Formats: sequence, C-alpha cells, structure tokens
Amino acid sequence: MPERIKHKPLDIDKVKPPKAEIHIITDQCKGCGYCIQFCPKQVLEESKEINARGVHPPKIVDESKCILCSFCTAVCPDFAIYTTEKKCAEGC
Amino acid sequence: MVEQVTHPLSKYLRADMMPHIWCPGCGNGIVLNCFVHALDELKTDLDKLVVVSGIGCIGRTAGYTNTDSFHTTHGRAIAFATGVKLASPELEVVIVSGDGDLFAIGGNHFIHAARRNIGVKVICANNFNYGMTGGQLGPTTPLESLTTTSPYGNIEHPFNLVHLAAAAGAIYVARWTTLHVRRLTQSMKKMMQKEGFCFIEVISPCPEIFGRYNKMRTGLEMMEWFKKASVVESFSDPAKAEITKEKIVVGEFVDTQKLSYEKLFHEKIAQINERSIQ
Repeated sequence: MPERIKHKPLDIDKVKPPKAEIHIITDQCKGCGYCIQFCPKQVLEESKEINARGVHPPKIVDESKCILCSFCTAVCPDFAIYTTEKKCAEGC
Repeated sequence: MVEQVTHPLSKYLRADMMPHIWCPGCGNGIVLNCFVHALDELKTDLDKLVVVSGIGCIGRTAGYTNTDSFHTTHGRAIAFATGVKLASPELEVVIVSGDGDLFAIGGNHFIHAARRNIGVKVICANNFNYGMTGGQLGPTTPLESLTTTSPYGNIEHPFNLVHLAAAAGAIYVARWTTLHVRRLTQSMKKMMQKEGFCFIEVISPCPEIFGRYNKMRTGLEMMEWFKKASVVESFSDPAKAEITKEKIVVGEFVDTQKLSYEKLFHEKIAQINERSIQ
C-alpha cells in the first residue's frame, strides 16, 4: 500500500489492479527513452538489440508490475508502444 | 513480448507518411500523440475536422493527420483557418503550429483573430527557437540562452505567450509541457468543445538544436528540466507566468465565454438579407 494512504481502503480486498499487456513496435522506436525514464513502476529497460533505425528499443523487465496507467502510450513521440488490458480467466 | 503490430491510434495518421521526420526526443511527436488521443476520446468525426499548420518542424502535423488538412505559407495558418471557418462554420478548425510561425511572422494574425474571437483552436508548440532552419533566436527564446545567432547569450526579452493570448481576448488559454501528457490531452478535449478562439501553449523539448547549445543534449535532460521547473497553478495571473530557467508556470489561465465572430457574422448577414427582401 502506498505510504500516502493513511487509512486502509474499505474495498481493498475486492479491487485488484488490472493486468496489462505491453506491445512494443520495435522498428518505429527512435530511442528517446521517455517510456523507460518516466514509467512509474520501472517496467521497461533499454534492450541490447539494435532495431532498423540503429537505436536500442525498450524491452519489458516484468510485465506483471504494469498497472495499465498507459503513460508510455501517451508520452511516446513515435507511436511505438501501447498497452492493452489482459483478459484473464476467473480467479486471477 | 515483442511483436509486429499496428498502433490503435494509427487510423488517425496517414500510414504512408509514417514514420515522421522529427528527431529522437522531439516534443512534436508528443503533441501529435496527445492531439490524436483527444480526437479518439471525443470520437470526433474526421470529415468535420480541418487541421491547418504553418511552416516549421511542427508544420508537418497537417500532413500526418488523416483529416482534411492544409500546410500554409509561413505565418499564414490563422489567416487560412479564418477563411475556412467563415466559409463553413460547421467545420472544426484546429491550427497546430510553432512559436516562430504564430508569433514572429504571424503575430498580427494571432492578435486580431483573438480580438475578433474567431472560432479556431490554436495549439502552439513552443521550442524556444527556430529549430528547422538551424536554431536561430526567436521571439520566445529566454534571456541569456545561447542560440546560433546569439552565441554570447540572448539579450532580447521573450514573449509571454499566455499573457499575450489572454490580453488579446482568447476565451480559453492554457500552458502545459510535453511531460504533462494527461492534462494536455484533457485540455485539448476541453478546447475542442468550446466555441471561440482558444489557445494552448505546449512547451516542447528541442534537444538536437536548442538543447545542444544550452547544456541539455538529450530529450531526457530537457524533460527533467520541465519536471523540476514546472509548477501547476490553476487560473493564476498570466502576466506573472514568465518562463525562466527556474520556474515554468503551467495550467489553465483563462476560461470564459464570448460570442464568436462567425456566429455574429452569419447573424448579421441574415438580418441584412431579411431587410432587403422587405
């Protein structure tokens, strides 16, 4: 639970953060690094591979940490990354 | 998961023009991204939207959006948009242009369009210099900044764009940086629903040209500067919102309502026609 919330929310047992699926269109990336730097959960990091444009595109470290804030989708100048909600089976 | 897929917003962009020509780290891509996000959230009819842009890096926006669009000559984006809006008032006209285009050569068009309250929406990407032509000193370059034409530091006082727009009579004035993507999108949505002259200034990083001369060589360094310096203040006095190295006041400045020019114009024509028939 984040430190700024002093009281435990009443529906904390029922509400779960959504599961996200991150899609990276590697060859459109120009390697500005905004998605890596400004991700609130540090889900992305720079990869070792080089794409068609000669830069290092981001790669996913841990997709389960993503909370679907979609900041990376909004801040990407090259339309190279987007997130969708993962539809999961019952019980997850 | 790394795969080859199409972006969900690609229907708003011309596929044959992509990828765009903007440098890595340029804020113009973020302005375009926020704009198409706002269109997507509002479910705008693309047949009822006109995007007009002037000369400059951000002027390419007109070619990238999959709408009716026009890339005008230098400084005449507002003049062209005025004609479009008066000829067909049912169209939504959005101008996406830069600070050099709108405020240097097109300054007069801007203040008179704001005074007459013509119902066009202006999004201005402010990168503090003339990026496309090699980084010359522009009307918004902050004091003591280094550019190719001011190698010892700028001594010209810059324009405060939000103050200018508010004083000239715009009904909606806001300023955001490219880091405030959510609020920028919200602001664009709000602007599209208003009738009258609206203005949004977007502080945009220009790492390749402006940043290179001012010790911010990457887009990330410029964005860190915005993160550190920007202060969100709602409806504060635009006269005090000067951009300095230490402080960039962002937020909404003006949100009022006034009768728009094209409405008064067509009412007046109808009145005169009625009188001449009698």
